[in-house]
Amino acid sequence: MSVLVYTESEEGKFKKASLEVASYAKEVAQLLQTTVTAVTFNNKDTSELKNYGVDKVLNVTNEKLGNFNAEAYADVLKQAAEKEGSKVVVLSQSANSKYVAPLLAVHLNAAYVSNVLNLPESVDPFTVKRSAFTNKAFSHTKIETDIKILGLSNNSFGLRESQGSATAEEFSPTLSDADFSVKVVSVDKAKDKVSIADADIVVSGGRGLKGPENWGMIEDLADTLGAALACSKPVSDMGWRPHGEHVGQTGKPVASNLYIAIGISGAIQHLAGVNASKVKVVINNDPEAPFFKAADYGVVGDAFEIVPKLTEKLKEFKAKNA
Amino acid sequence: MKILVCISHVPDTTSKINFTDNNTEFDTNGVQFVINPNDEFGLTRAMWFKEKQGATVDVVNVGGPETEPTLRKALAIGADSAIRVNTPATDGFQVAKQLAKIVKDGEYDLIIAGRESLDYNGGMVPGMLAALLNANFVNTCIGLEVEGDKVTAIREIDGGKETLSTSFPLVIGTQKGLVEESDLRIPNMRGIMQARKKPLNVVEPIETTPQTTIEKFEKPAPKGAIKLIDADNLDELINLLHNEAKVI
Repeated sequence: MSVLVYTESEEGKFKKASLEVASYAKEVAQLLQTTVTAVTFNNKDTSELKNYGVDKVLNVTNEKLGNFNAEAYADVLKQAAEKEGSKVVVLSQSANSKYVAPLLAVHLNAAYVSNVLNLPESVDPFTVKRSAFTNKAFSHTKIETDIKILGLSNNSFGLRESQGSATAEEFSPTLSDADFSVKVVSVDKAKDKVSIADADIVVSGGRGLKGPENWGMIEDLADTLGAALACSKPVSDMGWRPHGEHVGQTGKPVASNLYIAIGISGAIQHLAGVNASKVKVVINNDPEAPFFKAADYGVVGDAFEIVPKLTEKLKEFKAKNA
Repeated sequence: MKILVCISHVPDTTSKINFTDNNTEFDTNGVQFVINPNDEFGLTRAMWFKEKQGATVDVVNVGGPETEPTLRKALAIGADSAIRVNTPATDGFQVAKQLAKIVKDGEYDLIIAGRESLDYNGGMVPGMLAALLNANFVNTCIGLEVEGDKVTAIREIDGGKETLSTSFPLVIGTQKGLVEESDLRIPNMRGIMQARKKPLNVVEPIETTPQTTIEKFEKPAPKGAIKLIDADNLDELINLLHNEAKVI
């Protein structure tokens, strides 16, 4: 009956989004009067999960699963859900979780609901609130299947500490050759940079910055804040910045705690994509820019003067508050 | 190589989103519909395979007759023929089931679908379709090369990308980056004329049971007023972000 969670880790450390899904699963488990079981891969130390209400950990140690592999991971999660008799499986909205969830849904004959924002509104019938139309609306969705898979929107629930025992157990599911018919050849990932999906703060630049050569000050600001870099659609279309940094309706969604938009006017498609961020700051020299209607804090003025000054002041602030 | 591109008929990205019938139905009044942008990147890549490697490209949509202009647009861009499964799209699973039937009947090698549609953002159709077909699956695909029966795909991951090798049958979930924005095609007059003569086959749906139902929609609460900070007083911005918003 246990609520099952897929907890992702990177270099042995749990991702924040995974601790968030554990926190969420704990409260779902309370509604259903059951416990939480986490599934981890090749993780030697899973004790951190104790602090987020996880009762049991199924750790899979298998070299072949060293790289994420959607089909094989779906197979493992399916067998874990069957072993635990799970009726609810919770994942984050990381790229890997979004990849594995629909496969798992078909294998378990379960419905998959993505972008879930809160605890279920009721458990019988099972109804959840999710975002749709790229944050321009929400839907209250009823799930009809016996087993339910929930994709929790990153940063929507937050971390909630509660004590669990996180009793670790080795789990050795049976894998088939078919699980490995998509093979990882190489992984190309910046080691020291925070990704948009994982970032608490995102600093984003638009056409107002006039050219790619002016991104140094944006990078300085992002580094000072430990933030991820992002950009608007025209900036990536013109090749000033890589596509991976494009945020908005046709780019990546942003759901950070703080989103700082510099030289971005705020087209409706851009705003939709970043609306889930909790606090938005806009810096723009055009007081009529639509972003001023969507942001919490705004500075009207020349980004080329404001951004370096802001970075300096933030460095002082950080030094004082360190 | 036989390619099927799954086309979602979605409101244009500039659309205002409203609901009718006591917030249970999307209000299509005054809304322009387009090919789902994530699908269009995939369709554009499919055109490349048609032109360079002799692939055939069919497009499919699950929806009522109102979606046909969107399919005609895909034909005008260059697809060879279109299929419409004559039933409203209710949930992702139901759409995936309908598409699986079309793929089996048409024996496609490569099935392309946007990683998510810009209306309901379910993000499940490509993966569910792959699982129903026992086909290989690459999501958030930003690169695809085919050499005989060998496929190399690039997948976007959080903070980077990875290169994958696989084979047919294959479903890919596509998104921006698979082709350049400047490669997207606006149908020309010749394409539009030809599209009128290309086959658009309407097929009746198989029976499915939806797994989810939308009970109600809701719009976000209106935003409170912005606090403007003077450009000469950035300390105040830092103070507000620290003490009021508590985000730094």
